[in-house]
Amino acid sequence: MFTQSQLDAIDNVIQNDLIAAGLDHVIFMDMGGNAIAKHDNGKSYLDSTAFAALAAGNYAAVDAMAKLVGESEFSLLFHKGKKLSIHFSKVTEDTLLISMFNKDISLGLVRLKVNEAIKEINGILAKG
Amino acid sequence: MALINIKTREVQIKIVYYGPGRGGKTTNLEYINQTYQDRIKTEMVSLKTHDDRTLFFDFLPFDVGQIKGFDVTIQLYTVPGQVKYNATRKLVLRGVDGIVFVADVQKGQRKKNIESLNQLYENLETYNLDLFEMPLVMQYNKIDLKQSNIPVLSSQTLQKDLNGLLRVPAFEASALSGGNVILTLKKIISTTLASIQDQLF
Repeated sequence: MFTQSQLDAIDNVIQNDLIAAGLDHVIFMDMGGNAIAKHDNGKSYLDSTAFAALAAGNYAAVDAMAKLVGESEFSLLFHKGKKLSIHFSKVTEDTLLISMFNKDISLGLVRLKVNEAIKEINGILAKG
Repeated sequence: MALINIKTREVQIKIVYYGPGRGGKTTNLEYINQTYQDRIKTEMVSLKTHDDRTLFFDFLPFDVGQIKGFDVTIQLYTVPGQVKYNATRKLVLRGVDGIVFVADVQKGQRKKNIESLNQLYENLETYNLDLFEMPLVMQYNKIDLKQSNIPVLSSQTLQKDLNGLLRVPAFEASALSGGNVILTLKKIISTTLASIQDQLF
């Protein structure tokens, strides 16, 4: 279980590093499909409960495929849409960070920001 | 494992309906979806093949209200029952808190029920989970077929085959008409909540 201070710190990271950088939605979730923290820019609605369940299934399926071809994991997962794209990143063995962003923001920037956020979140989780 | 968020005061519990193919797992969720529409904020998600068989899972979240100041959401999942989809079944079991084993009472399905239960035991082992420690409810589904003179297994046989060692609560049910679907659901929710109580309070 996460502590109140860990959850507060994770919220801050997502809000200040990712939403402030222009991402539309960010979900920090466990591999079982439960959303732990969810943030958005307030401009669009997302059914985050169903989304987290599907995202966990999607990530788990791709992870299993990686093992079948002899890879330990596919650490980056990216789905590109016309208006919106989704970026999946593993944070720990049990958690994922899902970022949704529109066409005004580049994948490179998202990857950079997500990497920074993951480092910070790992630091928060390591503190206990 | 149940997700307990002390900041938002939410508890998310994952219950998986497991069992052989065409046993009625999806039908259970469809009936629950119809019955509790007022508590279900989202559409039921079903990942199906073109011929209406579950490909990955069905997903249905619903609120059961507050317990000790925590908003409790139950997330119901089914697994694909077809034999070839075991890799997928394993994935869906990740983080499971409680299981409903939906057995098919038709005589011809006896072996498949047993095989599916054995595979459930093995699949849980990959997550270091023990079926004997897991909140579990047995559902003997399609009991209505008896009225259509289709040969069905007796409850004694089913209990001996599937529940002789586990000794968990078991219900005869008819998912299509809704018979005992809600009773099964209530039982697994109460058993699962009791098992996570120590973490919660």
